[in-house]
Amino acid sequence: MSFYPLLIVLLLMSAVGYWFGSKKALNTVRKSTNFITPRPHQFGLYVVIWALVPPVILSAIWGMLQVAPLQIEAGTLRQIDQVVFPVLLLLATGAGLYFAILRINPDLRVRRTIEGLVYVILILASIISILTTVGIVLSLLFETIQFFGKVPMSEFFFGLNWSPQTALRADQVGSSGAFGSVPLFTGTLLITFIAMCVAVPLGLLSAVYMTEYASSKFRAVVKPLLEILAGIPTVVYGFFAALTVGVFFRDLGDSLGIDVVSESALAAGVVMGMMIIPFVSSLSDDIIMAVPQSLRDGSYGLGATKSETIRKVILPAALPGIVGAVLLAVSRAIGETMIVVMAAGFAANLTANPLQAVTTVTVQIVGLLVGDQEFDSAKTLAAFALALVLFIVTLCLNVIALMVVRKYREEYD
Amino acid sequence: MTDQAQKAVGNGWQSEKYIKNLAKRKRSERRFRLTGLLAILTALTLLAILLFSIVSKGYSAFVQTTITLDITFTESVIDPNGKMDPAELRTANYAKLVQDALREKFPDVKGRRDLRKLFSLVSNDADSALREMVENDPDLIGKTVSVDLIAGDDVDMLNKGYIDRDAVEDDRRVKDQELVWLDKLEADGDIKMRFNSGFFTNGDSREPEKAGIAGAMVGSFYTIIVTMLISFPIGVMTAIYLEEFATKNKLTDLIEVNINNLAAVPSIVFGLLGLAIFLNFAHLPRSAPVVGGLTLALMTLPTIIIAARAAIRAVPDSIRQAALGLGASKQQAAFHHILPLSMPGILTGTIIGLSQALGETAPLLMIGMVAFIADIPGGFTDPATVMPVQIFLWADSPERAFVEKTSGAIMVLLGFLIILNAFAVVLRKKFERRW
Repeated sequence: MSFYPLLIVLLLMSAVGYWFGSKKALNTVRKSTNFITPRPHQFGLYVVIWALVPPVILSAIWGMLQVAPLQIEAGTLRQIDQVVFPVLLLLATGAGLYFAILRINPDLRVRRTIEGLVYVILILASIISILTTVGIVLSLLFETIQFFGKVPMSEFFFGLNWSPQTALRADQVGSSGAFGSVPLFTGTLLITFIAMCVAVPLGLLSAVYMTEYASSKFRAVVKPLLEILAGIPTVVYGFFAALTVGVFFRDLGDSLGIDVVSESALAAGVVMGMMIIPFVSSLSDDIIMAVPQSLRDGSYGLGATKSETIRKVILPAALPGIVGAVLLAVSRAIGETMIVVMAAGFAANLTANPLQAVTTVTVQIVGLLVGDQEFDSAKTLAAFALALVLFIVTLCLNVIALMVVRKYREEYD
Repeated sequence: MTDQAQKAVGNGWQSEKYIKNLAKRKRSERRFRLTGLLAILTALTLLAILLFSIVSKGYSAFVQTTITLDITFTESVIDPNGKMDPAELRTANYAKLVQDALREKFPDVKGRRDLRKLFSLVSNDADSALREMVENDPDLIGKTVSVDLIAGDDVDMLNKGYIDRDAVEDDRRVKDQELVWLDKLEADGDIKMRFNSGFFTNGDSREPEKAGIAGAMVGSFYTIIVTMLISFPIGVMTAIYLEEFATKNKLTDLIEVNINNLAAVPSIVFGLLGLAIFLNFAHLPRSAPVVGGLTLALMTLPTIIIAARAAIRAVPDSIRQAALGLGASKQQAAFHHILPLSMPGILTGTIIGLSQALGETAPLLMIGMVAFIADIPGGFTDPATVMPVQIFLWADSPERAFVEKTSGAIMVLLGFLIILNAFAVVLRKKFERRW
């Protein structure tokens, strides 16, 4: 039997079970000596649980067996799938229904069963987030280990040459490709640095102005406007960087007599910084707000002006939190993909010149994985190794940032 | 007293030195304040430039140039046997009708190359419009009707002013000869602009003049539905568990740390997860909305959980105590009282999470949603693409006409996001309770 008819039969059976269970509970309730009796629909649910849990468990087991590499002939397998499994399923459901209805009496604590099941489901849902992390780590780790079987770790981490395009013929020159990822890391750092140069001053100063100077009316208008910057999809920023900002910097360079490529690190970095402004400003906003008013009052009482208070009292007090916010912003910038894919170069270029094209880790991951993938070539596996590095670096940055922020919070509580 | 006060004017707070110092401090105060204001204005200016550059490039994507020609639905071309056979009507050579009309309009154009150039004034998709007309109304056969045909993309670009007429001919996509023809058409009033409905009803195409966003919009719709169906219930259940039931133990700590870290994992890593697990391990179809939705669901989950936890925490303890005091079980208190009261907050967070997912591109590139797909997807497992990926694909296309298509698609996407976010704001304003 195929999936949908089976499902419909199961649902029909449980519906009948529900009706029968509630009915029986209502009929027997008068004989009860106990004052507290569960409500009839809970008896119905109790029956439905007994009807549905066995088939769900059976299906899960069968599904796992199918994924596992079994040494069974295809014909037998189909026979089991088409005949044995549905029959087993229906039998289990029927047995569950029968025993549940048989057990119904007004003194039965059905709520405990129902709530126990709900509790299990809630825990299972929570565990999905752990499974996601485990899935990320495992899927990246397996391919990365394979990759380091083909390319030595020292070449990957210290090599200065990155050209993963493997040749068509094995005897061609440079057919093995070069997997030195240093140019990617420096490129990522360069663009991140430029982004931070834009985002940190602008974000921090706007946060200071918003919290200390702005009237509540100004705040109510401007804050949502700044938040728009955070809501714009990154692909839009990428288009803007590639077609407007990149061209603008190139033309500006031309008019000044400086050679600026249109895929310059500067354009990608500036636009990325623009994207991160609201991130920095809203985090700093919270942190500056959390500085206790008594510190401000003390400073004003000693005759300091507002700006002196901000520079000498509030910002030093908020510094750990701001450092945490900047670290979070850095991790955001390192992991950002679309802006650099569209506006930065694909060729690995070991340079610190922001007017040249550089490439980043995320650009290379996209470049290596979009298109045909062969999961035995070093080229495809390299993407997973890069992603693992990216994952670990952003994870560390976040853990450090959260630690810094948390430590700071304890000071005033 | 007076003596002392007068003395103070000389060397106290009123002394020249202090007054100067105070003036300096006040100047520095004003400078600092101005710097803050300038930072905000710079950020807002950047936003304005971004939006202006998109809108100024994109608004013309919503109109389209048409060329009006007198088309003769010659019977010998469409229906040589005179049987009105639908299959035959469908496969007939409608392009020839367009070519005949153009030839009639410009009788002095001769030679294969010149003719080919002449024919390329009109989009090579024009014949399908004629086919549709005939299929809807077979009586047209044999008649001559004046029809608005979609112009080719170069003509469209010229008409919209993106191609400079005065540029050197070699640098210009529209040559002098074509300009002469177009001027004649223009003088006859045959070149018109009309609303580009095809932009909203067509799938993707290699020809800019007939490329539309319908396929991407439908793909986005299916993908977001999958994302919502998975991430919303799981996110709410996790939040309820962590806030209402979890005892403080190692597992709970692990889950909490995990969720915070997942929220900061770069989105592209989720793409690799989707590639490794959903495609390579579970063998789900490539490029399908179901895989995209699953991947985005995992990505959105932390956002929804964090928002839902905050909303649940905002419900005052007195509600919980009252429910428990009246004999409700812990679960009844949670599901009958806490959850409904925190629902506006949870929904707001979910909408914001989903609008992030709607604008996400990078993970979908990893699972193959970047392929060229001309058909509008019909289900969750059909190959599809989504709006942001469509924007990425068009931004990569060399034709000048795709620039306005890209900007137009961005305007539509931003429109959707603004509506979603406005809805979230309204929801919060309307239902949020301050306890």
